Amino acid sequence: MEFQNLKLSKKTTFIAWVVIIAFIIAAPTILPVFRLNLLGRYLSLAIVALGVDLIWGFTGLLSLGQGIFFALGGYCAAMYLQITSSSEFPNNIPEFFGLYGVDNLPFFWEPFRSPIFSLFAIWVIPALVAGMLGFLVFRNRIKGVYFSILTQAALLVFFNFFNGQQKLINGTNGLKTDVTQLFGQMVGSESMQRMFFWVTALLVIAAWFFAKWVVKGRFGNILIGIRDDEPRVRFTGYNPVIFKTIIFSIAGGLAGISGALYTVQSGIVSPQFMTVPFSIEMVIWVAVGGRGTLLGAILGAVFINYAKSLVSEALPASWMFIQGGLFILVVTALPEGVLGWVQGDGPRNLLQRFGLKRKIETYPSLEVKNKEGNNE
Amino acid sequence: MNNKDLLNLIDITVSFEGFLALNNLNLNLKKGELRAVIGPNGAGKTTFLDVITGKVKPTKGEVIFKGKSLIGRKEHKIARLGVGRKFQSPRIFENLTVKENLEISVSTPKSPLNLINKSIKDEQLNEIERLMKIVNLAQKVDSKAGSLSHGQKQWLEIAMLVGQKPDLMLVDEPVAGLTDEETDLTADLLKSLSGENTVVVIDHDMEFIRRLDSNVSVLNQGTVLCEGTMETIQKDKKVIDVYLGRPED
Repeated sequence: MEFQNLKLSKKTTFIAWVVIIAFIIAAPTILPVFRLNLLGRYLSLAIVALGVDLIWGFTGLLSLGQGIFFALGGYCAAMYLQITSSSEFPNNIPEFFGLYGVDNLPFFWEPFRSPIFSLFAIWVIPALVAGMLGFLVFRNRIKGVYFSILTQAALLVFFNFFNGQQKLINGTNGLKTDVTQLFGQMVGSESMQRMFFWVTALLVIAAWFFAKWVVKGRFGNILIGIRDDEPRVRFTGYNPVIFKTIIFSIAGGLAGISGALYTVQSGIVSPQFMTVPFSIEMVIWVAVGGRGTLLGAILGAVFINYAKSLVSEALPASWMFIQGGLFILVVTALPEGVLGWVQGDGPRNLLQRFGLKRKIETYPSLEVKNKEGNNE
Repeated sequence: MNNKDLLNLIDITVSFEGFLALNNLNLNLKKGELRAVIGPNGAGKTTFLDVITGKVKPTKGEVIFKGKSLIGRKEHKIARLGVGRKFQSPRIFENLTVKENLEISVSTPKSPLNLINKSIKDEQLNEIERLMKIVNLAQKVDSKAGSLSHGQKQWLEIAMLVGQKPDLMLVDEPVAGLTDEETDLTADLLKSLSGENTVVVIDHDMEFIRRLDSNVSVLNQGTVLCEGTMETIQKDKKVIDVYLGRPED
């Protein structure tokens, strides 16, 4: 796979952000609550997509298992909500435990009585799991397609394990958050959902700034170096294992935050968050939006998911074809994703094809060199 | 082996499923020496570099660098000990600019925390500027390394190698694909680096090797066939046989 390092121009980034922020501010007034809630959910998916872009777009690690970390974050958030709202149930533990004859809260859920602990657990636990998994894999120099297969296999292991654990996490049924209480209000209530929308929007922006900070400068350049030529990085005296572990762990943490926000806005977390297609979709959002652009990951996640819900309402069952077609289109015609296409020569080439713009007379590469003021 | 030696390769054998890429190879390098290594295709020249840099673990033998054994150490640890390598085809980071490439090479310590927290030190920036002047890339600071010409890529990689401040530089075919003029400049550059640094150059190009004016080791079938100045080498019966080809080959 040929990667190009796209640095979005300041102008593109600025325009995109003005549009995004204007839309976020306007959304609560122009959208009905149902749509607002959907938008909030899709914004939370943008955070996991940012993580995918960090590991795939920048570092070249194509993980098909981000659903693991996404679900872990979701379970941490949901369990906290269930525990704090369980005072009227027998033994003061979440209701579902009673169905399986469990009288005491399993020991590992004990710390989740604390809101502070839970707030940290949402991102620290997925980051730690990702870090440990990543370290073992990277230390053994497993990469490329083997890495992808391994992450997918890990996803299946987690999926099956979570499905089977009724007594610990309610198995296939998952954990509901809609009817739980937070700050004395129902999590599923309209006012809470509005608040979650704002929190999500702010966290997307914060996550973008964080990701930007990670990839700027020398650390980010090493990530790109690892993506393009890992042995060369090694022979220069850097240990790629550490760098890859850190970035994979960061992506895991982002996935956890994303999963928690998605859970509280969709009202349930279940092993369905760890299905194979869902984790592959995360990669598609980034591919369509534009790998290695960060902004593309956000736009890809929000627009594809929003389109998915609109299309599914109008033409049920047709979405899979559209999504597949979109992916094929991106792979064959827009390898840099939509944002990469806009940023590159895409629009001009298209206009030329329809005769709306004069063809440039030199080779593009020559023109680029002249622009930089170098004489070859 | 004596104390002035920077590197000793002792009885190195590398066997790839029975095929001996290196066969009881012995080679000693003094500090500050410039050494050329030549040999026909398949003589084991690149494997020899792979053994020193930790990419290939020898089946048998010992590599001593600055008094320490390199066997079993990871590549990045060996690099940090002071072994730098330039690859056969230029291996630079094409998606990064010339400056970013050099930043990667001169940055120390090479830990993630240092890279993400701190900005690059002034003395390292000065070093980058100096290197860019040496290899004539000062005007290309912010160009993507991928847009450089082949010769410029070779030089950028040499500059990256120098920027690492290695005690031992291993240079694999630095003039492949260069023009005559560029070849001469490269030879002068490498000569100027030796003395302070120890440099091993691997190449096929006889003109280039002659210009280096250094001791030459001839490898053949994984072992050192002959060592000496260019004149001695050229008169050596065995070397002539190898390079001209023997009947059974």
